[in-house]
Amino acid sequence: MAAVSLRDVRKSYTPELQVIHGVNMEIRDGEFIVILGPSGCGKSTLLRMVAGLETITAGEIAIGDRVVNNLEPKDRDIAMVFQNYALYPHMSVYDNMAYGLRIRGFSKEKIDERVNRAAEILELKKFLERKPRALSGGQRQRVAMGRAIVREPKVFLFDEPLSNLDAKLRVQMRGELQSLHRRLGTTSLFVTHDQVEAMTLAQRMIVMNAGRAEQIGAPLEVYAKPATTFVAGFIGSPPMNLIPKDGKLLGVRPEHLEPCGASEAMLTIDVDLIEPLGADIIVYGHIGDKDSVRVAARLPADAQAQAGKLALRYAPRNMHWFDAASGKRID
Amino acid sequence: MVENRPWVTFFSHAVLILGVAAVAFPLWVTFVASTLSLKEIMQVPMPLWPGNQLLENYGQVLSGGTTTGSKAAVSHMLVNSLVMALVIPLGKMAISVISAFAIVYFRFPGRMFFFWMIFITLMLPVEVRIIPTLQVITDLKLNNTYAGLTIPLIASATATFLFRQFFMTIPDELAEAARVDGASPMRFFIDVLLPLSKTTMAALFVIQFIYGWNQYLWPLLVATDESMYTTVIGIKRMIVGSDAANEWNLIMATAILAMLPPALVVMLMQKWFVKGLVETEK
Repeated sequence: MAAVSLRDVRKSYTPELQVIHGVNMEIRDGEFIVILGPSGCGKSTLLRMVAGLETITAGEIAIGDRVVNNLEPKDRDIAMVFQNYALYPHMSVYDNMAYGLRIRGFSKEKIDERVNRAAEILELKKFLERKPRALSGGQRQRVAMGRAIVREPKVFLFDEPLSNLDAKLRVQMRGELQSLHRRLGTTSLFVTHDQVEAMTLAQRMIVMNAGRAEQIGAPLEVYAKPATTFVAGFIGSPPMNLIPKDGKLLGVRPEHLEPCGASEAMLTIDVDLIEPLGADIIVYGHIGDKDSVRVAARLPADAQAQAGKLALRYAPRNMHWFDAASGKRID
Repeated sequence: MVENRPWVTFFSHAVLILGVAAVAFPLWVTFVASTLSLKEIMQVPMPLWPGNQLLENYGQVLSGGTTTGSKAAVSHMLVNSLVMALVIPLGKMAISVISAFAIVYFRFPGRMFFFWMIFITLMLPVEVRIIPTLQVITDLKLNNTYAGLTIPLIASATATFLFRQFFMTIPDELAEAARVDGASPMRFFIDVLLPLSKTTMAALFVIQFIYGWNQYLWPLLVATDESMYTTVIGIKRMIVGSDAANEWNLIMATAILAMLPPALVVMLMQKWFVKGLVETEK
């Protein structure tokens, strides 16, 4: 296990095409970090730079106290889980997990011991002799995880490992990942575009946009105090409403809006879309004419939602202000 | 399609049976001819039922060829053919799989240049470059050697291209996973790529075995000595002069012997062959 430092890490493919614009972060030993962002924001590239699969154009990446910029992936003491699992199709589950250890020259007994222990943790004992193609998606996912675990690396790298699973399995694997991390306590970097995964798994998260780290912080902190309009608009479902006001942007989360009498209204919307979700109802509407900003509000399940004018209010402590030009938070 | 139209069924079967007969009949005639004495063959019409000379005819060609034409033993020709038909596919595969590996997995200067060079040779089959090739082989004094017979036919763009296409369908993550696991490029090649290429190789082997076995023009030029004749050349050398002067029973026996090995290879490797062409194991 080890801490990981990213010091002004940059990546460009050509001088004009820069994809990572200087990311700084100190990851503590044993921390579970989620890198979150929309597709094409550079999150996978950043992870692959830590893995050593992409070169680092500028800056430094250190694992433990060793700068790894020029080390091959195998010398960085990391293990990676890929989105499509990347299991060796012609090898049995056992061999898939044992391969990395064999190359590193572990003894047969040692390999056997580690593979069996990993199989035990991941409940793969029954499948050790099978080929990957005879496994379900969730089982393959577990084998990929097992391949990482047996190596007992300093850092786990996960590249969207849950995105190929169906919704139910994803929730289950999320739980298993969490308990696995509690059990092993290995420093982990987890890339995803799914904010629910990020919120539930992360101890801290990096929200990335267009190659920049927009905000780094604990999930609830990021949720409560988004640093930029991008983060505000990315986290939360539906995301924070951003309403232009006095040359600035006022941000209010849909769940912080509540219906009220017309006299107390701080905001009146013209509801044109109602989404009853069971636990609550989400209503959408414009604050003015058709071209004006659309606002979403999360109402309690028993609210009487109907099309037409809806008066809303919010508590002042739930207001967020952003600079209209830079998108930065104003406190 | 599930249809119940007896006439269509009857008609389609009739066409198929006719097709099979058209292919099988010449083979049958060849086989029958190889079991007859020369005198029986010369009868008009030729008998269509096997005679009693099977062992004599085959024994004669295997040990001593024909009596009027070439007297080279067919058993030795079969060995020559076998060497050629094995060295060509194995050599082709060894070279192609490595060059395809280099082209797909490494970024080296001139990568595309070399790829196109290999690709362009597709347009130059043996027949087109036969005179310069023969000149080179003669200058190297490789006439009437196994090396001369096989080496010019080994370099193969087709196989390189086939392996390249196959490697490109293997997800990049597999190579990356191997890198993270600590496998060197050659380790990855041997432990992952080669086992995955098994079916492709099997298909290639079948095709190239038949290609090597059936080579005619090239051995005709290079193998001038009786001891280096391949079976296909042997048949040609047995045919001398006018129709009546040829021992057709012996020539037909040689033809049957020449047909057997490729047929066997196809039959035995059919399962693998089809797998290699239609299925990719990923």
